[in-house]
Formats: sequence, structure tokens, C-alpha cells
Amino acid sequence: MSNVAITASILPKDSSWKLFFKTVLARAYPRLVGQQREKSWMFFDIFLPILSIAAYVYVYRAIGAPEEYIGFVVMGGAMTAFWLNVLWSMSSQLYWEKEQGNLALYIMAPSSMMAILLGMALGGMLATLLRAVVILFIGGWIFQVRFVIVDFWMLLLVFFLTMTALYGLGMMSASLFLLLSREAWHLANLAQEPIYLISGFYFPVKNLGFWLALSASLIPLTMGLDAMRQLVFPSAAQFGFLDVRFEVIGLSVLCFIFLLGARFLLNYMEKLAIQEGRLTESRR
Amino acid sequence: MIAMQTHIRSSFSIFWRSFRLATWLGWQIESNWADPFLFAIYSLIKPLSSAAILVIMYSIITQANFDSPIFPYIYLGNAFYMYVGHVMTGISWAVIDDREHYKTMKYIYTAPVHFPSYLLGRGVARFIIASISVIVTIVFGMLFLKISINLTQVNWGFFLLTLLIGVVMLALMGLTLAGVMLLLVHHMFGVGEAVAGALYLFSGAIFPLEVLPVYLRPIGFLMPITYWLELLRRLLVGRVASSFPTLQSFSNVELFLILIILTLFFAVFSVIVFRACENRAKELGLIDTVTNY
Repeated sequence: MSNVAITASILPKDSSWKLFFKTVLARAYPRLVGQQREKSWMFFDIFLPILSIAAYVYVYRAIGAPEEYIGFVVMGGAMTAFWLNVLWSMSSQLYWEKEQGNLALYIMAPSSMMAILLGMALGGMLATLLRAVVILFIGGWIFQVRFVIVDFWMLLLVFFLTMTALYGLGMMSASLFLLLSREAWHLANLAQEPIYLISGFYFPVKNLGFWLALSASLIPLTMGLDAMRQLVFPSAAQFGFLDVRFEVIGLSVLCFIFLLGARFLLNYMEKLAIQEGRLTESRR
Repeated sequence: MIAMQTHIRSSFSIFWRSFRLATWLGWQIESNWADPFLFAIYSLIKPLSSAAILVIMYSIITQANFDSPIFPYIYLGNAFYMYVGHVMTGISWAVIDDREHYKTMKYIYTAPVHFPSYLLGRGVARFIIASISVIVTIVFGMLFLKISINLTQVNWGFFLLTLLIGVVMLALMGLTLAGVMLLLVHHMFGVGEAVAGALYLFSGAIFPLEVLPVYLRPIGFLMPITYWLELLRRLLVGRVASSFPTLQSFSNVELFLILIILTLFFAVFSVIVFRACENRAKELGLIDTVTNY
């Protein structure tokens, strides 16, 4: 009997929830640790949003906007880090895995794909949180933004719900991207500026009008950002789209829909991709 | 003498063939992933959205006062800046795309291809896409946002010449960046975007340079894009664009001369930098290094 076989027979076999959580942690690990190892990525992840923030801040200054708007831009700019992470490292992640040949290994492994996606989300969220906080502090410091937290626990709740719903959306769209090939890159690329526009990253979303803002609220960052602005800038309540309490309810509903949708779609798309032979397809 | 003529003709033939085929290849890569209709929508939604962000920001603060001269300044600057993102970043991106994604760099190097001409050719598809986006954005502005361009009064010859020189300048800047990319092997997708982002901020594309802190303004004056955008704006909207003090003391001809001088400078600079980087990349064995896509 070989050494490997002996070791495998001695080790206790994980199954069910234990295997699920071990998979989550194992997939979160490279996101948390690996992303910090490549220092240049960290620099660009912080530097690029700050450039955008600066450009929009100077536009506001050029047209004589009130100072609150500078704070809105800094906060919106920091939140772009999460959107970009969901877009490029969640939604299109299974496409990257397919390109690298890892996807087939994921499917063959005796662990749940849902656990793999959850691990990606957890690791990505924590790694991005670090970047977003740095962007917020540097942006706030450069442009002298004054943050006054109105209700800390409510802010924490809104942030938690926004992240859960956002990464739930990422997990759901990841399963859709499973079917895509090189279109995935273009579609992820397409979902940047239009989402910045309709989600009000650089202006209060209320200005888009009620129905458009409501439609845009399907993207969790729309309501999340609006609520967080109201909780961090006391004067922002007048610019708010909805009352924070309604936004908390809306975000909770989105959490439920997206997490459930992710589970359903992942099963369905995996079967479809296997049937159509697209899991290992690589059309560059 | 005849041998020299033959050599020049042969070199030109290789340059042209590399450029032409790379243009075709670039267009296929950019466009054939979707049907033409979907591709057209994709090409227009992104630029129109980025313009719409600025329009909404402006209209919130000014109660939609589109008659103010700052509005065409912002709108046109943003529209023409699309060339920077597409042409400059596009050319440099081709290095990463071919090396890391398609893994064809070593085949290109072993083929009878003039690599700088190939890279410039890869930028043509992006130039075409950018041109469509710029035209649609400007027409949209004229139809719906009171961007007042008197088409009969525009000096089209001067305008097109300025546009062309600017695009050549951007292509040369892209070539410089592509040279640097040859030396960077850790999936440096951020470099092109960082340079484009910095130029967006410092070239006065969407706000007059006076808005920047005093110590940052000189960076803007050193950049050829600042003069290029100013001249394009002036040629389209005349006095409106020159109503800001930044470059008021320069006439159109002076701006054009500055642009020509800086473009010539970049022509020489890009050739030197690209050759130096390429030689270094060969020495270090980086030409076909793949760091995982």
C-alpha cells in the first residue's frame, strides 16, 4: 500500500457541513492571503479609485457644488472597490477558472460549488474591505471630508446587509457566467460605468427619479450606498432616496432573493453547462 | 544605391504588412465575440454612461443650466478623452493580451513581423470604436443637451488635422507604455488604466486646470493632451472654450505648434524607450513569460 493511500485511510473523512465550512475557508484563504501578496495589485486597487474620486471631486468644485457632494463622491468611490470585486472576482470568476482549467477540478471535487462560491465571496469581501477603508481614509483626508456617524449600529447593519446581498448577487451571476466564454470579459467590462450611473455612485440616486431609482435598487449598492450616506453625513437625509428603515427592509429582501437564487441557478446552470459541454470549453 | 532602395522598400513592405494584418486581427478580437447589433450596443452604452454621469452631476448642481460655457467644456473634453483610453491603453494592452491571454507573443516574435507596427495596428480597431463613440456622444449632446456647434463655421480641415495628430501622439504614448509592459510580468493590467486615469485628472479634460491645487497644475501644462483637448474644443465651440483662463494666452496656431513639437518629442521618445525595453525584456527572458491570466 502506498504512503498516500495509508494516510488517506487514517485521516477522518469530512462530510456534510464540516466539509462545507472547510471548503468555504479553503477558498477564502487565497482571496485573503494571496491578494495581499501581490503588492502592485493592492496599489492599483487603491490608486485607481482615488484618481476617479479626484476627477469627480474637481468637477464638483469647478461647478461650485456644496461640500456634501465631495463626501458623496469619496464614499461612492470607495464602494466601487466592492462592485469591481464582485464583477471581476465573483461573477466572472468561474470564467477565469474555466480559462485556467480549474473549473473541471472544482466540479470533480467532493465539495459543494456553493461552498466554493461562498468562500470566494467571504475572502473577496474581507480583502476588499481593507482596500475600501484605505480609499475612504485617503480620499477623506485629501479632500477634507467630515464624516459624522449618526447611528453606528444601523450603519453596521446596512453595511452587512449590503455586502450579503451584493455578494449574493455575485454568486448568482457567477452561475450565469458559467455558460459564457470570452463574452464574459466584455459583459463584466460593460457592467461598470452603466452601474456607476444608475446606482448613483457619484451623486444621490434620488436625482434619477423615483421609478428609475427603484429599478436601480435591484443592485444592492444603490440602496446600501444611499442609506450609508444618510448615516454618515447628517445633512444627506434631504438627498436620500428612501428612509433608511425602508432601505434596510429592501436590502434584507434582496439578501434572501439573491442567496436563494444563487443556490437554484448554480444547480441549474451546472447541469445545463454539463449537458451542453461548456464546462471545459475555451473560446478565446 | 539600388540595394538601399530595395532595403527601404522591403522594410516598408514589412511595416505595412504587420500594421495591416494587426489591424484586421485587432478588429476581429474586439468585435467578433458578439453579433453586430449587440456589439454596437456594447460600444455605445459604456461611453454614453460615463458622459451621463457627468451630465447628471452637472444638472443637479446647476439646475440643468446647459448654457454655461463650463458645460461644453466638460462634455466635449470627456468625449474626446475616449480616444486616450481606447488608443493609448489599447496599444499597450495588446502586449498583455498576446503574452498572457492568447499566449501568442513568442510566435509573433519568431514570425516576419515588425513588432511596433503590429502593436500600432492593434490600436486601429480601438480607434474606430472610439471614433464611433465620440461621434455619437457629441451628436447626442448637440441634439439633447444644447451643445452649440455651428457645423458651417467649424474649420474642418484644421479640426481633422488636429484630431489626427493627437491620435498619432496617443499611439506613440501607447507604444511607450507597451515597451514598459514588456518588462512588467505580474499581470500589470492596472498600468494602462492608471496612466489614463492620471491623464484624465491632470490634462484638464473635464475641468479647467485652475481647479487643481497650484502645485499640481504644472503637470497638466507638461502634457500634450492638455493642448490637444483645448484646441479641439476651441475648433468646435470657438469662444466658449477659450473663456477659461488656463490657456487663454495661446492662440490656436500656437496650441497647434506646441502639439506638433510634443508629438515629435514623443515620436523620438517612444522609439528609444520601446527599443530599450524590448532589448531588456529579451535579455531577461520576459518576452513570453506567462504569469497566469
